[in-house]
Amino acid sequence: MNKEPLLEVKNLKTHFHTERGKLTAVNGVSFSMNTGDIIGIVGESGSGKSVMSQSIMRLLDHTDAIEYEGEVIFENQNLLSLPHSKLRAIRGDQISMIFQDPLTSLSPVYTIGNQIGEAIRLHQKKSKKEAHQQAIEILRMTGIPSPEIRVNEYPHQLSGGMQQRAMIAMALSCEPKLLIADEPTTALDVTIQAQILELIADLNRKMGMGVLFITHDLGVVSEICTGVKVMYLGQIVEEAPTEQLFQTPLHPYTQGLIQSIPKLEGDRDDELYVIEGTVPSLTDIPQGCGFSTRCPYADELCRTSEPPMQTAQTDHRVKCWHYEALNKQEGRETTVGTSS
Amino acid sequence: MEQAADRSILKVSSLHKQFPVYGSFGKIGGAKAYVNAVTDVSLQLNEGETYGLVGESGSGKSTTGRTILGLTPASQGQVLYRDRELAAMTREEMRNFRKDVQLVFQDPFSSLNPRKRIGRMLEEPLIIHKMGDKAERQETVFRILQTVGLQPEHAFRFPHEFSGGQRQRLGLARALIMNPKIIVCDEPVSALDVSIQSQILNMLKRLQRGMKLTLLFITHDISVVRYISDRIGIMYLGKIMEEALTDDLFHEPLHPYTKALFSAVPDFNRSRLKERIMLRGEIPSPISPPSGCVFHTRCPYATDVCRTDIPAVREVRPGHKVACHFVD
Repeated sequence: MNKEPLLEVKNLKTHFHTERGKLTAVNGVSFSMNTGDIIGIVGESGSGKSVMSQSIMRLLDHTDAIEYEGEVIFENQNLLSLPHSKLRAIRGDQISMIFQDPLTSLSPVYTIGNQIGEAIRLHQKKSKKEAHQQAIEILRMTGIPSPEIRVNEYPHQLSGGMQQRAMIAMALSCEPKLLIADEPTTALDVTIQAQILELIADLNRKMGMGVLFITHDLGVVSEICTGVKVMYLGQIVEEAPTEQLFQTPLHPYTQGLIQSIPKLEGDRDDELYVIEGTVPSLTDIPQGCGFSTRCPYADELCRTSEPPMQTAQTDHRVKCWHYEALNKQEGRETTVGTSS
Repeated sequence: MEQAADRSILKVSSLHKQFPVYGSFGKIGGAKAYVNAVTDVSLQLNEGETYGLVGESGSGKSTTGRTILGLTPASQGQVLYRDRELAAMTREEMRNFRKDVQLVFQDPFSSLNPRKRIGRMLEEPLIIHKMGDKAERQETVFRILQTVGLQPEHAFRFPHEFSGGQRQRLGLARALIMNPKIIVCDEPVSALDVSIQSQILNMLKRLQRGMKLTLLFITHDISVVRYISDRIGIMYLGKIMEEALTDDLFHEPLHPYTKALFSAVPDFNRSRLKERIMLRGEIPSPISPPSGCVFHTRCPYATDVCRTDIPAVREVRPGHKVACHFVD
């Protein structure tokens, strides 16, 4: 039982049927994660990272225009083929989710305690009073000062950082095995972000839950995640343990991302590295390698056939035809992010 | 740097800005309270430099920018442009000021009129300021589009036909077309992806050097401000806490807030072992800012004197100013 991964995603594809035809936002994502892992999913806007995380929870089901392929295995069940009644029992209980903007995720007409209590009473046989008590305990755990007062307040009475703590409290109220955090700190100031990251890491240690952390910020990933997956155009293009990814990124896209961020140390006079062009639209995904239209090393092979996921080292996989040749010749390039 | 005073193009001295908060009857009954957005801010922009104004939300950095532009009048204090006070300018002087000082907004989506073709939008200020005839104006529009890395044929398109990065280029083109002296950039890259952000930052830096522009760069992003700025001012709750040349500031931040702010920035280049200064609590409300030093509620070193006395801004090293009782 211990050997079983907590979550296993196998060749997940999410299609949207639109007027302009079938758009594939997630295009064959496979990975697995264990209890206690904090896995970072990094990508720019349009990379499919949010759709991927919402597909795991099947939050997009309300439209008819959606179609899934592949499998999402959690506790020996395929979430993608589960009936809604069973899915509801899992959502919020064993898998829960926090979003970027706490104010749109919290109801403005109920108190914080009411909303956390609802989640508890939905999944556990508890009286209103017990649920209220438990809500106070969880709020205390997330570091909200004087939780017995805050529990009776409405979301608008809390600051942004407090609201995000309340959201986290709600997500953790049933002690989930998996927490999906979709850009949970993007709307917060850096000093508050540091507090929230610390909180998530701390709760992960205490409660041992797995965390799937979706973000566009490479800095945040390096702070908190044990492993990173880089997404581009609905696919994972590189995955590795965090330190290895930042020390020796192998995919040209990952290298570009790391180099295009201004550094806090070192020379400021050089021009920033630029990944030319923009992310292609989903209506016209390039043939072959998805990154071939922007890659400085792309050749005929890249433009015609899609590279397979290749294992460079244990746990370090990369989806690029030329990663070996590139990183031998361009050995200097790959370490720019860390040494200069 | 000694003659810095001579190169000053714009000067802000003890600027205050308060916004009234009204009760449930609106303006009837007067203001209930005031939001102290900017309190006693003094700074100066030197010709040809990039000044970075950094702060978290609610620190008053954007309000400072807007007051400098004359978009909102100052409650107290002065803004001097080439030794002329903004509030005392005649209509004619104001017209020239508006030509010389331009603004680039954060959100390139909402700051472009969706019904106007780009060429028309860019031409409008030229018409208002009566610059050139139709053919010359057209020429200027084409030239400016190329300056910001777009094509002349883009003049005939509508804003929705552009990507986020391209729209920010258009925002910049609109600011540049009047040949301004100063551009105030309010979070110009915050809405962009990193790969697009680096394109815009490179271009801004190139243009600034090439056209000898003075930039006031307002942002919350520490690594961006370090890359682009020559000098930096750190704001907290409406006040400037520290000001220094970029390299001095990053080499040796002196104010406890600056240190905490820098250490809170997640950075994959830094070793994880580096000790983080965790700030407790949140930014207090600007309606009733703390007495004494505004940072004392979160400062790990605060003592009684911080709670009662407002620290003066002192120049502790050449060009390095700090507002803290305990820095020397």
